[in-house]
Amino acid sequence: MGRYIIRRVLFAIPTLIAISFVIFAILDLAPGDPTASLPLTIPPEDREKIREALGFNDPFLVSWLKWLYQMMIVEPIFLIEQMFNITIGDGENRVRIISWSSRAPAVDTIIERIPQTLWVLGLAFILGIMIAIPVGVISAYKQYSVFDNVGTFVTMVGYSVPTFFTGLLAIVIFSVWLGWFPSFYDTTHVVDWTSWESIWFQIKQMIMPVAVLALFNAAALSRFTRSSMLDNLNEDYVRTARSKGLNENKVLVTHVLRNSLIPVVTLIALQIPGVFAGAIITEQIFRINGLGQLLISAIQGADVPMVQTLTFLFAVLIVIFNLVADVTYGLLDPRIRYD
Amino acid sequence: MATTREGVEETQDQTIESSDKYRSLWADVWRQFRRHKGAMVGLVLLTIIMFGSFIGPLIYPLDPFAIDTSQASLSPSLDHPMGTDNLGRDVMARVMVGGRISLSVGIAAMIVGVVIGTAVGIISGFFSKLDGILMRGTDMFLALPILPLLLVIIMLFRDPLREAFGPELGIFILVVTIIGITSWMQTARVVRGDVLALKEQEFVLAAHSIGSRKRSVVFRHIFPNVLSPVMVAAALGVAIAIITESALSFLGLGFPSDFPTWGRLLFDAQGYITITPMRVLWPGILISLTVISVNFIGDGLRDALDPKLRSQ
Amino acid sequence: MKRTKWLSLFAVLALVLAACGDGDDGAADTTEGATATTEAPTATTEAPDEGGTAGQGGELTLLQWQAPSTLNPLLSGGTKELLAASLILDPLAEYDPDGNLVATLAAEIPTVDNGGVAEDLMSITWTLKDDVLWSDGSAFTADDVVFTWEYCTNTPDCTQSTFFTGVTSVEAVDATHVLVTFDALTPFPYNAFVTFQSPIIQKAQFEDCVGADATACTDANFGPIGTGAYMVNDFKVNDTVLYDYNPNFRGAADGKPFFGTVLIKGGGDAEASARSVLVLGEADYGWNLQVDPIVLADMEATGLGIVKAGFASSVERIMVNQTDPNPDLGDQRSEPGTVHPFLTDPAVYQALSMAINRQELVDVGYGFAGSPTCNVWPGAPYASTANDACLTQDIDGANALLDAAGYADTDGDGIREDPDTGDPLFLLYQTSTNAVRQSNQDLVKSYWAQIGVDTELKNIDASVFFGGDQASPDTYQVFYSDVEMYTNNSGSPDPQTYMANWTTAQVISPSTNFGGGNIPRYSNAEYDALHEELTTTGELDRRIEIIKALNDLVIQAGAMIPLIYRADVSAFANSIEGVGTLNGWDSEYWNVEDWTRSG
Repeated sequence: MGRYIIRRVLFAIPTLIAISFVIFAILDLAPGDPTASLPLTIPPEDREKIREALGFNDPFLVSWLKWLYQMMIVEPIFLIEQMFNITIGDGENRVRIISWSSRAPAVDTIIERIPQTLWVLGLAFILGIMIAIPVGVISAYKQYSVFDNVGTFVTMVGYSVPTFFTGLLAIVIFSVWLGWFPSFYDTTHVVDWTSWESIWFQIKQMIMPVAVLALFNAAALSRFTRSSMLDNLNEDYVRTARSKGLNENKVLVTHVLRNSLIPVVTLIALQIPGVFAGAIITEQIFRINGLGQLLISAIQGADVPMVQTLTFLFAVLIVIFNLVADVTYGLLDPRIRYD
Repeated sequence: MATTREGVEETQDQTIESSDKYRSLWADVWRQFRRHKGAMVGLVLLTIIMFGSFIGPLIYPLDPFAIDTSQASLSPSLDHPMGTDNLGRDVMARVMVGGRISLSVGIAAMIVGVVIGTAVGIISGFFSKLDGILMRGTDMFLALPILPLLLVIIMLFRDPLREAFGPELGIFILVVTIIGITSWMQTARVVRGDVLALKEQEFVLAAHSIGSRKRSVVFRHIFPNVLSPVMVAAALGVAIAIITESALSFLGLGFPSDFPTWGRLLFDAQGYITITPMRVLWPGILISLTVISVNFIGDGLRDALDPKLRSQ
Repeated sequence: MKRTKWLSLFAVLALVLAACGDGDDGAADTTEGATATTEAPTATTEAPDEGGTAGQGGELTLLQWQAPSTLNPLLSGGTKELLAASLILDPLAEYDPDGNLVATLAAEIPTVDNGGVAEDLMSITWTLKDDVLWSDGSAFTADDVVFTWEYCTNTPDCTQSTFFTGVTSVEAVDATHVLVTFDALTPFPYNAFVTFQSPIIQKAQFEDCVGADATACTDANFGPIGTGAYMVNDFKVNDTVLYDYNPNFRGAADGKPFFGTVLIKGGGDAEASARSVLVLGEADYGWNLQVDPIVLADMEATGLGIVKAGFASSVERIMVNQTDPNPDLGDQRSEPGTVHPFLTDPAVYQALSMAINRQELVDVGYGFAGSPTCNVWPGAPYASTANDACLTQDIDGANALLDAAGYADTDGDGIREDPDTGDPLFLLYQTSTNAVRQSNQDLVKSYWAQIGVDTELKNIDASVFFGGDQASPDTYQVFYSDVEMYTNNSGSPDPQTYMANWTTAQVISPSTNFGGGNIPRYSNAEYDALHEELTTTGELDRRIEIIKALNDLVIQAGAMIPLIYRADVSAFANSIEGVGTLNGWDSEYWNVEDWTRSG
């Protein structure tokens, strides 16, 4: 197992470099100009000067290697310096990755966005898990009962209705007609944990997007949990356990649940990167300016360094959590052999 | 010699029996499928929707492209059962034509995705030497940003496809390819997992031990046994493809404005939600119903193809 | 045993990661102190409030669905950034909604009569107000003005260098006088340092940020010190900007500004902003509401807000390609040497223009925020009346014109053929991706079908269409289609620079690296000569005559088909007072210090 992990980690590094190369190549080929959003009154010569200054016209290999150096070495050093309040070497002359639209370090903006992404999407994710697993378990245990049929139907609907549709409906019903919740998310609101009003304000502005996303997450996960439970409930060892005289709860929890949760846990691990990549459309609709919205506005503004950095970070998350999922699966399921 | 002839006769008998069994296998599956109420409802719904989309426009008198601004943004009435949009076009006609395009995109994209995914999954699971590379390749595809990829592909291929196939077919091929190549990864992983488990089963070991070539092991033993998750993946693939196409249209990408798809209709209608809510509700409901039906069918298939459930 | 060891290791790792995550959250949140309050903000400046009642009005919430990505207007130039910065920075003079110059940091507008503008029209001397302070308490002087020019000319990133074209030097004659010298006769010298596109930045703050260091000065770029009514409290890129009122503002003694804090909130789209202001009452102002007029009217009917339109110079027009975009020509595609097979024929372009029902286009897409126009410069006093026949749709006349010119439908398919080549009249019509533009395209396509012209519609993502990527075949400059539609406008109420767009010198081609503003590739010696005359004419009546003549030349030659005179549209909550007419020539926040809340 240890050898497997080391092998995967070593493999991951060239994989990530290759991924960054492909992403960079795609972005280089992609049409789009960072000066496109400037008013047409700015003459083309000036636009060319600006593009030149941004490094837009640099040869592909040069800008990719420069970015790689900045991403792999400069940024982590900066992060370490920030976290531990130390200075490593010559901090003044290190050039960080600069976003073309804000002219500020890209990583700073990304970190600035993480709170709202975590608040809404992270919460929706956790809520989804907390709803999905019990529902899935009970549905499977009482297969074809009323609970199962209703549960299956509700989760089917939750899984099939696109989130942009439910989001739109939620705004119209709860913001416009009923006026219960605000229609946009105020990122400047700082939650004062001692003030109930402040907490209630945060809850009110989070409820709709969290509900919409949690419904979707819960639906997908509960169906998966149910099918995994069903696979296990019909196994012979369950019959053996029952015939040994173990009470039903013990059979369920100690035997069936433990085994059923294995693929569920791996699925959860695989979905964690999705929390950060964000539900781009849902963020648009509820005007939560998280990482998904950052990505889409960077793409539309042809801000290549920002897109490159963001997509690379998502890629890193995906690769890491793929590894976590595989390893967890291997650890939990003794039937899987990796060497 | 006599033994051989007996052996031959026996094998012949077995062949006849097994073809009997083969036919009744699918009948068995159908019987189990019918027990699943949700799946049956899904099947009926899907048939209705497909009928409405493909045959509907041939029967329905109103033209989905006829602009008449004097009839703009009307509520549903006898003349316009779903109302009109802001240019006076009949919503119901557009929804029907939209269904045609959305469903076609869904099915075509699913086929592309499933074919690629199954191939990758089987090869990767069966040939462990290729496993590492193929799985890292899968990781790479999972990490690819869809939006810039879409913009690049549109830029590179839109004009040549337009020249070769005409604007409508050109964009269709474009969107189908993009959804296909960005959605095969899940299928590949699932199939690979199944193949990995199957590889260790006794009957595969037996096949190896009697000297079957790898190719025949794959096609005669592995492939039929992964059909079950593949079919479920196919059903889900249609659902995902339809939702992805709607999402792409919702972001303003994909089909041009004068080709209605459900996602495009939803996108165009969202600003009018308080004035003509039906314009938003109908495409949204239809996307949801189609995806629900397909998912139920997938669920039913999963139940029906599971031999342990069937024997009960 | 071994497995449990690994499992516990993982569990520990997970916990550690989670803890780090929380740490980040905590750190990010503790930077600001209060949320919106009605007390005086925790400003970092000195200079106590001198007995005025400024800043007592609470919070003003402005929705800009395209959020600013930087607060240094000289590094950006996108209207969203310029607007956000206009709350902090001031220019020497601004335009009011009617296009008249108003002195802001200048004491008065220099003219030839008061001696501010030199008789030979080669220089202009600005006299500055002598009591203006920066928000950090230091004095505003002519050095800051000179520095602003140096900053922009020495920094390649500077997006506003076009405002300094023709300027050879900017000197501080003394602390309150600035002399700007030009390299040629300049009848209209009010470009440099005028409007929210060319504001003054503080020398002390930006001294070390010139040239290549410009992007490194993130603190300065995200928190510029200004002379305006507000100063930056917190800025989240592409998300929100929070401002506190400037106690050193020159209007503080009069109790200005009224609002103590301002929040600019970005994200979402135009409809969501409109809904927030007009229906839900969640915000006080919504910018750039490109929304269907029916929807807007319905939202306005709720009674919480009002929608205002500000007309300036924006005209949505169809550019007619004078050259041949046929892909078979390879490199020569849309090059100035080629000629379009039929679009240069007066019968064709006149028919195309006559067939369009401009009022219907306005009704469908713009409502009161647009009016049909037949001119490239529709605003008074330069608007010509010679072309107004196009305001009435005339399908029969268009058909007659085409019939008379020999464009008959030889094969009965409803599409006319070109008598010279036998090819059907087919137009590729492109524009940017935008719901209103797409509905207009659909309508125009239907009009042209009625006169026997076949159209294919194409829309391109705005970031590509308006980008300058030379490798892309989809930009509006390369013009690889027969007709294309978009809006252009002038940066100033004086049309001289704008009308230069259609001179031969500005013709775009690959050999000029697609530089230049002459998109249709229109070339006419008479036009060039007239424009040349304009650049040396100081007398207003003659200028008006020339501009009308230029307008008529380019329209009647069919280089473009004007459609709609467009206004900027914004919504205000009913409780906001003191706004007046919406300003289409300058920042919509130009008089934010006068805004108050009633009740």
